[in-house]
Amino acid sequence: MPELTYREAVRDALARALREDESVFLMGEDIAEMGGSMAVTQGLLAEFGPKRIRNTPISEIAIVGSGIGAAIQGMRPVVEIMYEDFLTLSMEQLVNQAAKHRTMSGGQVTVPLTIRTQGGAGWSPGAQHAQQLEAWFVHVPGLKVVFASTPEDARGLLWSSIYDDNPVVFFEHRTLYPLKGDVPDRLEPIPLGKARVHREGEDVTVVATGRLVHEALKAAEEAGTEGISVEVVDPRTLQPLDEETIVASVRKTTRCVTAHEAVVRGGFGAELAAVIQHGAFDWLDAPIERVGAKFAPLPFAPAMEQWVVPHAEDVLEAIRRTVARG
Amino acid sequence: MATVEERAESGGRRVSEQLLKTFFREMLLIRRFEEKVEERFRAGELPGFLHVAIGQEAVATGVCAALERDDVIASTHRAHGHAIAKGTSVERIMAELYGKLEGCSHGYGGSMHLYDVEVGNLGANAVVAGGIPGIVGAALAFLMRGEPRVAVAFFGDGATNTGTFHESLNLAQLWKVPAIFVLENNGWAESTPATQQLPLPVDELARRALAYGMKTIEADGQDVEAVYLAALAAREHAAAGKGPVLLHLRTYRLTGHYVGDPQVYRDRAELKGERETKDPVELLRARLQLTDEGLAAIDAQVTAEVEASVEFAKAGTDPSPEDAAKYVYA
Ligand SMILES: Cc1ncc(C[n+]2csc(CCOP(=O)(O)OP(=O)(O)O)c2C)c(N)n1
Ligand SMILES: [Mg+2]
Repeated sequence: MPELTYREAVRDALARALREDESVFLMGEDIAEMGGSMAVTQGLLAEFGPKRIRNTPISEIAIVGSGIGAAIQGMRPVVEIMYEDFLTLSMEQLVNQAAKHRTMSGGQVTVPLTIRTQGGAGWSPGAQHAQQLEAWFVHVPGLKVVFASTPEDARGLLWSSIYDDNPVVFFEHRTLYPLKGDVPDRLEPIPLGKARVHREGEDVTVVATGRLVHEALKAAEEAGTEGISVEVVDPRTLQPLDEETIVASVRKTTRCVTAHEAVVRGGFGAELAAVIQHGAFDWLDAPIERVGAKFAPLPFAPAMEQWVVPHAEDVLEAIRRTVARG
Repeated sequence: MATVEERAESGGRRVSEQLLKTFFREMLLIRRFEEKVEERFRAGELPGFLHVAIGQEAVATGVCAALERDDVIASTHRAHGHAIAKGTSVERIMAELYGKLEGCSHGYGGSMHLYDVEVGNLGANAVVAGGIPGIVGAALAFLMRGEPRVAVAFFGDGATNTGTFHESLNLAQLWKVPAIFVLENNGWAESTPATQQLPLPVDELARRALAYGMKTIEADGQDVEAVYLAALAAREHAAAGKGPVLLHLRTYRLTGHYVGDPQVYRDRAELKGERETKDPVELLRARLQLTDEGLAAIDAQVTAEVEASVEFAKAGTDPSPEDAAKYVYA
């Protein structure tokens, strides 16, 4: 099993799809010569040429919109929005067009479009370059939403996203790009809608996404030294959601913490909490704790930034609170 | 096509030697400030990431010199020069880059969000074209209240490919608001050259404003005198109630997109040539026939000012973590 970084894993899925399938092509800002602002698409221009690795002007609404149009014509475009903050500019095409063509046409139209984007704090980029907006898209019927946290998941899920016949918003986390992990030689597609249990435990379930999966694993390690056994589950796709795995886990442990880097208020944790309380109401021994960013735009100065975004200690404290309820 | 371009010289004005020297000093201050910023960033002292405007100093200085104190600007991710030229001290900008409370945005903004409302800087923006509509609105407020002020948006060639830019120009012209749209055309959007982002020649980008019937004025962005005169003419037009102006300034980004950019996409020889022939500070120095001693004296002053700004910044106050939530709402 070769070791790949998260960045290489994303690139590997893209390169394999491009190699295998003429209908796959990429569009995005600075993805060609520069290889993308996060260096994900490095080398792809050399292998596939400018016809399929298309550098675009700064036109987020047209990038997504033209991706939709090409997808409807039978291409499988993968478009990159450099920072998910700029996905706010693509919103109209994503929400009103991509998500709705299938239904509005009474099933005539399919939109096999993948929108890759990235975000995440921890490097003082300021308020407009590190938001975590994944929950917005979960609220829109017709879109699928993926958030990969490991190299293996990134590759397998991106592959499935590209070959899904629906518009998929694929989130990558900026701070995970250098993360290394074993990835099988053969690309195994990972089905959308299947959670991964990263670690089994008896006392508390932490349902975490993105960077917080790794923070949760650290917290679980630490909790273990305190005699608390923690199960860590990553839904990996937020829509469709693997309710079964998540609910089963909480029925077993009877306590739950949700954790993501996005702000707590209206975050994906709220949806998880609702699903879990409904599915595991009679099993719950403590209120579900939600971990996420504090309710503030991300300030520049590192001390303030660190205070706003959640870390392993926040997950650990939440774990302790659920256990303290007896 | 009917041409509405107007060369700056047609104003027939001249700029005094004295004023040109003032411009030189400020441009050199911006240059030394940004070189220091690059150095401190590489030394690991500055959080986040940074864009410098080395090569584009004449734009910031020439435009802001033509404005009145009450006029407002919106800046971009390449913001240091605009902020200095609009009147914020290098101390307060440097303190911002160090994330200190004494910074012009009190440590909340960083390099891409330099604000200083007192001197009319309504903020730099990390979203390309993000500041342009707000300038239309500021100008609308001036118009509605009958105030003799203008609002100025800086943005790059890349920004003219956004819907935000086009909607803003259309609205500004429709309502004839006193706005100036300063197109700082360096021919690059990050790694993307004009040929990959513009379906028209890079030097003819002002034509985009013609579609809205907007007056355009053009000048050589490396020539501070030309920039200044063009900006004066633009301000006169806008302030007289004749409607907004697109001020097209062709300029050169003599460095990477961001500090640390290896510029794998850029032709080395071409960049070298631009550095040798397009440096606005050098061009003005030659024009002023500054002697080595004359230059050294000015350089020593601005360098000392920049050094002092680093001392000021380092001695500044770190915000406490909970301050993060202080300004979420008014
Ligand atoms: C809406 C949006 N898309 C993409 C980016 C990433 N980005 C930052 S600067 C830049 C290039 C801007 O080019 P231009 O407007 O010409 O300004 P310059 O950098 O040349 O000063 C890009 C694509 C962004 N900040 N905002
Ligand atoms: Mg540019």
